[in-house]
Amino acid sequence: MNTELLGIIATYLLTVILAIPLGIYLSKVFAGEKVWTDFLKPLENGIFKLSGINSKEQMNWKQHMKALLTINLVWLVYGFFVLLQQDKLPLNPDGNPGMTPDLAFNTIISFVVNCNLQHYSGESGVSYLTQHFVLMFLQFVSAATGIAAAVVFFKAFRDKTTTALGNFWDFFVKSITRLLLPLSVLVAVVLAFNGTPTSYEGKDQFISLQGDTVHVSRGPAAGFIAIKHLGTNGGGWFGANSAHPLENPSYLSNMVEMISQVIIPIAMVIAFGYFIRRKKLAWMIFGVMTIGMFLLLLPTLSSELGGNPAIAKMGVSQTTGAMEGKEVRFGPTASAYWSTVTTIISTGSVNSMHDSGMPLTGLWQLLGMMINSFYGGCGVGVLNYFIYLIIAVFISGLMVGRTPEFLGHKVEAREVKIAALITLLSPFLILAGTAIAAYVFTNHSGAAWAVQPKTWLNNPGFHGFSEMLYEMTSSNANNGSGFEGLGDNNVFWNVSTGFVLLLGRFLPIIGPVAIAGLLGAKKFIPESAGTLKTDTMTFSLMTFAVILVLNALSYFPALALGPLAEYFTLFK
Amino acid sequence: MKTSNKLFEPALVQTALKQSFIKLDPRVMVRNPVMFTVEIGTAVMAYVTVYSMNHSGQGSPVYNFIIFLVLLLTVLFANFAEAIAEARGKAQADSLRKTREETPAKLLLANGKTEMRSSSQLRKGDVFFCEAGDTIPTDGEIIEGIATIDESAITGESAPVIRESGGDKSSVTGGTKVLSDEIKVRVSTEPGESFLDKMIALVEGASRQKTPNEIALTILLASFTLVFIIVCVTLKPFADYANTTITIAALISLFVCLIPTTIGGLLSAIGIAGMDRALRANVITKSGKAVETAGDIDVLLLDKTGTITIGNRKATNFHPTAGLSPNTFVDACVLSSLADETPEGKSIIELAGTQGRPHTNKAPEDSVFIKFTAETRSSGIDTPDGRRIRKGAFDSIRNIVQKAGNPFPLDIEEEVKAIASNGGTPLVVAENEKALGVIELQDIIKPGISERFERLRKMGVKTVMVTGDNPLTAKYIADKAGVDDFIAEAKPEDKMNYIKEEQVQGKLVAMMGDGTNDAPALAQADVGVAMNSGTQAAKEAGNMVDLDNDPTKLIEIVEIGKQLLITRGTLTTFSIANDVAKYFAIVPALFIASIPALQSLNIMGLHSPESAILSAVIFNAIIIPILIPLALRGVAYKPIGASALLRRNLFIYGLGGVVAPFIGIKLIDLAVGLFV
Repeated sequence: MNTELLGIIATYLLTVILAIPLGIYLSKVFAGEKVWTDFLKPLENGIFKLSGINSKEQMNWKQHMKALLTINLVWLVYGFFVLLQQDKLPLNPDGNPGMTPDLAFNTIISFVVNCNLQHYSGESGVSYLTQHFVLMFLQFVSAATGIAAAVVFFKAFRDKTTTALGNFWDFFVKSITRLLLPLSVLVAVVLAFNGTPTSYEGKDQFISLQGDTVHVSRGPAAGFIAIKHLGTNGGGWFGANSAHPLENPSYLSNMVEMISQVIIPIAMVIAFGYFIRRKKLAWMIFGVMTIGMFLLLLPTLSSELGGNPAIAKMGVSQTTGAMEGKEVRFGPTASAYWSTVTTIISTGSVNSMHDSGMPLTGLWQLLGMMINSFYGGCGVGVLNYFIYLIIAVFISGLMVGRTPEFLGHKVEAREVKIAALITLLSPFLILAGTAIAAYVFTNHSGAAWAVQPKTWLNNPGFHGFSEMLYEMTSSNANNGSGFEGLGDNNVFWNVSTGFVLLLGRFLPIIGPVAIAGLLGAKKFIPESAGTLKTDTMTFSLMTFAVILVLNALSYFPALALGPLAEYFTLFK
Repeated sequence: MKTSNKLFEPALVQTALKQSFIKLDPRVMVRNPVMFTVEIGTAVMAYVTVYSMNHSGQGSPVYNFIIFLVLLLTVLFANFAEAIAEARGKAQADSLRKTREETPAKLLLANGKTEMRSSSQLRKGDVFFCEAGDTIPTDGEIIEGIATIDESAITGESAPVIRESGGDKSSVTGGTKVLSDEIKVRVSTEPGESFLDKMIALVEGASRQKTPNEIALTILLASFTLVFIIVCVTLKPFADYANTTITIAALISLFVCLIPTTIGGLLSAIGIAGMDRALRANVITKSGKAVETAGDIDVLLLDKTGTITIGNRKATNFHPTAGLSPNTFVDACVLSSLADETPEGKSIIELAGTQGRPHTNKAPEDSVFIKFTAETRSSGIDTPDGRRIRKGAFDSIRNIVQKAGNPFPLDIEEEVKAIASNGGTPLVVAENEKALGVIELQDIIKPGISERFERLRKMGVKTVMVTGDNPLTAKYIADKAGVDDFIAEAKPEDKMNYIKEEQVQGKLVAMMGDGTNDAPALAQADVGVAMNSGTQAAKEAGNMVDLDNDPTKLIEIVEIGKQLLITRGTLTTFSIANDVAKYFAIVPALFIASIPALQSLNIMGLHSPESAILSAVIFNAIIIPILIPLALRGVAYKPIGASALLRRNLFIYGLGGVVAPFIGIKLIDLAVGLFV
């Protein structure tokens, strides 16, 4: 078999093999059972003592969400001002300037919401201080926020009827001390030994064979790159993200980065099943997510390996597939795999230029982000999936002639209302955002702004439409990757995506947690032969159909005008 | 009262057609958000049609007019579905109401005289008098007397029934006829407030409230509608970017096709049809919610007598003690039962008759009959010639025998045990304090009842038999009939406790009852079905009244409830699944002019953009009347387990919903293509 294919198969298998025990371990950590990392308890207790937190205090879902939103707001304000003033602060050996307010607004939001859209470039836009104490800090805490929210959701279904859903700070701190921090150290060490810089010195330079002086940015990057993947953040130390030779030096580092971005999302699904003692349900959810991933990955592989007809016409042979925008050390197969996982989970790091992918590759990437729950981001993937599941529970419950119920709790008007609102939110943000952008581009292309709208797209037409659609989709999904042909560092994109990011992050966290909280407080109904079981193949198929149909119906016209139109034109 | 089961009776269709137009009133339409947006779209198209007559850019006025017409039809079809369901329900209720039109009533005055009044003048608390041949003017409770009554006007059952004061069979219904004797009846409801009146109001819509599941579904459908509003509104700037002009007609057509009009149009019809089906089963429901809850029932409490077994126990065998001739024993049995008016006593004489010992003689003159009392638990006869025959429960007779110093035969004792363990009831007979033998009484289980319980088990409903029998007998019958659990030696409070226990575990319980002492349990149960013959208190406490007094009716009610939910669920799935094909018809049609490559998406090979859009909206409109019969009859419920049922319905209505419009739109396009 083709070595390149073997490479990604091995990567995926390794991911699953590592994720399963990790998931079981996580379920124990959050259930408060004995685990080998308990030696960290004194550290956690110290943190709680220092912050004056009683980590034993039980919270209901509303108190959880209040805690979550408050601390996120604190980070937002703190980070915004540091980014604005970074030029005046220490640890800035390259003398990079402070951010403009709109860029700082966009950047801080995008890091708080675990997106890392990055309308700046790491080499010139930030200092080592902000990389460390704002951006990397947020990469840890935003991932931990998502995981803690998911654990609150788990907790609602562990007991029959309960409103005591554990303590937010407890979940949050443990997500970092027991999961993110140890794994990040491990991954950072591997990356450092593979050539990723870990120095506090400023730019290095050398004289190339042509005789030019080349400045090479560096910095303490390895730790940043580790949490960027483990926390499904995706924001690169360098502008070129993991396509950069120092950020992702070899095939091995590429494998490590691919594995580390997928293990926690898969582990969270497994943890869900073990935590609520319904392993079969978790495996069914994992099955749906995995099939969904392969349905996006296989056509991506085929479209990338098939090569580009425009290049074929020029008489260039493409034995390895479409190579435009790809790194030779990874090749199209590993790049296609990366581009799939980075869009289905909300990492958004890249090891190839998504803008250069084949039209259909763009379609699958967009779909992956629109669905946003085939594994999905750290913690939030399970929450997103839960919304689809509730809709599926409701419709199929009716179809078997019973008031719909999930895990013994009746799903009624209030829960459906929340689920419907969250379902509505994504198409609203993505389509309305893209529509406003398209409107401005079409009707006000010459507006006297610092960056004229007509210069946004380096490739107008169908592909340009895809670039705008991609940017909004990526923001709504808190993904952070981009079709980089878009000129996005200007007031319009910084501000509009900033709002999409905020809404696309917090409402889809609050919604599922609220539904879970409401359901968990309801009377528990034991299963009978008439109860629709949610851990069966049939129900999984139903959920899959709901995911597919809801997304297809919401985005078909937009996708037809972007990637589909481009594809049919190119291959006509 | 059985009425024709035809779906579309001409008279009803006529009323419904008229109602379809009356319901166009936006103030009424707004209750149904999905169809309300279609109505707005229709209004916009009316304007566009007029506008396009003297402006260019919005297509031809004729084409716009046709789209307008199709959209108007869509709304009318939906209104018609609701109207025909209402009309059918009303017709059904009216036929019941006819039985209680103005009838003369003999009002009993304080001075004891009667005065003729019209039934509509009777108020709650009034007392009226009825004798043989009178039609009972209104619902009430017998306070004095006993009468045989013909209830066929209500139940369709021709055999007369006995109603008497005091007991659990004291209720009479307006419109029924007294056949013999005379009764005094106290009016129990104000005019216009009887259950039937409430039911009619429910069907007519004035007081029809959406059920919880209906509300939840409406929210979901409204959110789908909102998603499609977003999709269609944003399409305008998208098209501008792609240098394509989209006419208002195309945009509105796309919108109307995408929103779930099929289920939106049929939703209220489905709900009304559910209540109507209950009414056709002769069950009056006090709310739509009760029907829906019935579908969720986990536990069904059923009285043994009348539901599981036919009426009362019957004598099936005589077992004389060793050495006694069978005839002597049978004769003694007959003698002891001559004065026994209970069904058991009668059955003993019947059985004796079949064994060649008909009771030709009456009891000897001057015989003293000993009545059954709870204390002695035996009855019998003392004849003038000194025979003292007693029959009764085993231990009471043994007491009598042993007290007199006589031995109690071992073979009788064994026979008693054998009978009891077979679910029978042994009656021991003794003469002059000497045991003679045992009469075996057996319950006769209704034919076909165990199949019904099997069906309920597959639905996930647990059946519980309630009986006054001892646990041994109860267990035998429970096993034989196939119920899952039983309450033996049940007192009214036992029922109540059982219901509460199940409810604490989160289960929904249904029960049927008639007596006043059932009332608390009926109120406690999630679905309480009172028999129409039952007391007023029982009828007030329950949330349904069964006009047929048929205890197996609960099973039908559960199925009606399930059918109601299934019909909603499957039509929602069908409606949403339809959208896939509609996209493939309309999206290429919108953009083909400026992006010819999108012709590849026209996988149905539709004739032209105009015909494609028109075919899609026509399909969208006619699918509503096509599905009206299904909405009214309900999707069949099959007790095959939840997962299998989901698979089946997902296949038929999900996959079918994806495929059907591809075929339908293509066929319509072939026809439309001839003209466009």
